[in-house]
Amino acid sequence: MKKEGEVRISSGCAISGIFCRDGRRITGEAIKKSIKVMHNRSNGLGGGFAGYGIYPQYKDYYALHVFYDSQTSREETERFLDRRFDIINLSKIPVRQTSAIADAPLIWRYFVSPLPHMLQDSQLDEDEYTSLAMIRINDSIDGAYVVSCGKDMGVFKAVGYPEDVADFYRIEEYEGYSWTAHGRYPTNTPGWWAGSHPFSLLDLTVVHNGEISSYDANRRAVEMYGYSCNLLTDTEVITYILDYLTRKQGLTLEECSHVIAAPFWSTIAATEDEDERNRLSYMRNMFSSFLITGPFSILVGFSGGMMALNDRLKLRSLVAAEKGHTVYFSSEEAAIRVIEDNPDRIWAPRGGEAVIVTLEKEAGR
Amino acid sequence: MRRYRIRKDDSCVSCLRCVSECSFGAITASENRTLVFHHDKCVDCQRCVSFCPAGAIYITEDENRFRENSVFRKDDISEIILQAETGGVLLSSMGAREKNIPVYFDRMLLNASQVTNPSIDPLREPMETAVFIGQRPEKIQRDKEGRLINNLPPHLELKTPILFAAMSYGAISLNVHKALAAAAEELGTYWNTGEGGLHESLYPYKENTIVQVASGRFGVHETYLNTAAAIEIKIGQGAKPGIGGHLTGRKIIGDVSRTRMVPEGLDAISPAPHHDIYSIEDLAQLVMSIKEATHYRKPVMVKVAAVHNIAPIASGIARSGADIISIDGYRGGTGAAPKRIRDNVGIPIEFAIAAVDQRLREEKIRDRVSIIASGGIRNSADTVKAIALGADAVSIGTAALCALGCHICASCHTGRCAWGIATQDPELTKRLDPEKGAKRLVNLMNAWTREIKEIMGGMGINSIEALRGNRMALRGVALNEKELEILGIRYAGE
Repeated sequence: MKKEGEVRISSGCAISGIFCRDGRRITGEAIKKSIKVMHNRSNGLGGGFAGYGIYPQYKDYYALHVFYDSQTSREETERFLDRRFDIINLSKIPVRQTSAIADAPLIWRYFVSPLPHMLQDSQLDEDEYTSLAMIRINDSIDGAYVVSCGKDMGVFKAVGYPEDVADFYRIEEYEGYSWTAHGRYPTNTPGWWAGSHPFSLLDLTVVHNGEISSYDANRRAVEMYGYSCNLLTDTEVITYILDYLTRKQGLTLEECSHVIAAPFWSTIAATEDEDERNRLSYMRNMFSSFLITGPFSILVGFSGGMMALNDRLKLRSLVAAEKGHTVYFSSEEAAIRVIEDNPDRIWAPRGGEAVIVTLEKEAGR
Repeated sequence: MRRYRIRKDDSCVSCLRCVSECSFGAITASENRTLVFHHDKCVDCQRCVSFCPAGAIYITEDENRFRENSVFRKDDISEIILQAETGGVLLSSMGAREKNIPVYFDRMLLNASQVTNPSIDPLREPMETAVFIGQRPEKIQRDKEGRLINNLPPHLELKTPILFAAMSYGAISLNVHKALAAAAEELGTYWNTGEGGLHESLYPYKENTIVQVASGRFGVHETYLNTAAAIEIKIGQGAKPGIGGHLTGRKIIGDVSRTRMVPEGLDAISPAPHHDIYSIEDLAQLVMSIKEATHYRKPVMVKVAAVHNIAPIASGIARSGADIISIDGYRGGTGAAPKRIRDNVGIPIEFAIAAVDQRLREEKIRDRVSIIASGGIRNSADTVKAIALGADAVSIGTAALCALGCHICASCHTGRCAWGIATQDPELTKRLDPEKGAKRLVNLMNAWTREIKEIMGGMGINSIEALRGNRMALRGVALNEKELEILGIRYAGE
């Protein structure tokens, strides 16, 4: 049987997110509790978490989480990294052995910063330099897979039920202001660790529930701009599209939502404000290759914020809630109630309507 | 040479309608009102059959035929005999009919949603078929306040991803142009003048008109260029790549002469190449000249035939400043072409779209230019498949003419079209009522659009741009590995 990346596998899922607008850092306990409620939306073939604000002592360094199939691929990757980055710290990511999680790869963590002279010679900014190096590792080093590579954040994922993945990675020992989680129900995979969610590039992480029908149109479009979709998953494509639109084109996340979940032409035509109408139709036209159709609900994590977005027909469930400074998102209301039984406000965002939350002390992205 | 045999049965009421309908002189009447059949003149256009009030006429393949062997078929032998008699180049019309070249559209099957994602019901949810075609800039721009600036060059907006293909006044009648123009306006799409100029009575349809500039430059003047939504530079067409055109002086009469700006009775000869385009940099100059003449307000299209190295050719065109590339495949139709060229030159449109789309993506310029595919698009499924392979839109010529009555007898080059389409004979052209014709074209396009929506909905796609280049929507059958590789699709079951 082919593994993920050799064949496209569709999957159903559960997603959950917690964001503390006041920057308060909470342990991974709450997000584990939330995603666990939706146990039956997963089938044990993939779970994962993304946490932001978890490495304050290294917040100026890129935190790399890497899976290796073998010591050889680790050595090759470290040689590769050594030529391009200052490695400030490296270690195995501490795990708790549990019977629920098997066949673990070697899991390593590095805190790095680009070698100044290499960075200067490349004529790239720090983010582009780092992202190109990470794409190259995934693309060309056999048996090595960079799971996340942003600053002051990290992705923890595995094959298993999400609550078991949380125990495995001891995520209750991390504290962050923002958490997302994912439980996966792939339809026919032998289960590959890198195929689990969240998917990430730099500080951008995506957890996704759905199966996009525009997949190949989107994949072939984003691959034009230097990305290479090795996993053949929707989430990977969505992540790259968002990275391209925000980092390379300079769109805001709200503008991105008008591209990937663009309003219908009939809605645009009925928009009264002429400037807004022109802006929306410009966005649809300019970036028509990045319109995503078919069901999706996604949570996009980024440094200092989180975005929740549904496809424009709202073909997947997505609930949002607020309590004080904390915002919750989830596939099911129950997964919010279990950690906050009395929210100030609870609602279902409309299809195509992005909900973006950011730290109170920072400007939005 | 006799190909068909005309027969009638007892129900004939001797009304002689068939005699007046037959424009090829295949049915005449004797003095005592009995029908005389001249079988050798029949082209099987089905006009008499359609109009016989008693349903009494039958046209069949002539059962007397040459003894064929495994190499020399009937047509081979009859063509040899014809050429031995005349010493001439064989002429033909409509699209290639070489039976050994597969129609690849028929070897691709479409996907649908089951369980893992929902199909979408077009009767309940919006289903978008509108397409914008033209150039896209590489980057967005913002003003000082950070607002987005609309930096998009002029575009064509199509309500459905189907245009009417270029067919010239001269090759077809003014009534056909009227029907196409009126239908395009009602449908929110475009029709294309072809190389014969634009009749003044059609100027009011300028918002839905694409005017063509071909190698003969017939009928090209400043007003012509500006009486259009877009301008198409025609380099070649699928039915006769590398070959020019020849409209006989017999058809250059009256308004055709005036519109083409060619003296009456003089042959209108389109040279094989544009004599100001001997290379790609010359094309870039013509593109820019036309943009200058139209004040950068209209997209410029370049139409080429699908030939062997179509991918690099398209890449060159994309870099010439052109906004839209129109690619016409091996099976593309024509009013007249040398038969050997029509049947032996060029490549099928399916491969051309796949190769061009892939090449432009590899060169990172696919979003910079739009692709229109044509050449044998027969129905909505072909349209969907062409778009999934990578086209932005398709254009249809033969299918549109069929809606107007054409029965594909492939006798356009005779100028005697009994359906009043490919002729300038006023007795014949009046057979086509442009208003009724427009209505039929609108019906056809609306029917196809409905079908496209059903197909898209089944796949869970609710906007046509999400279908463009979405090759996962296709699976191949009866294709070999190489064919799958070029088409960029997987085999059924994979």
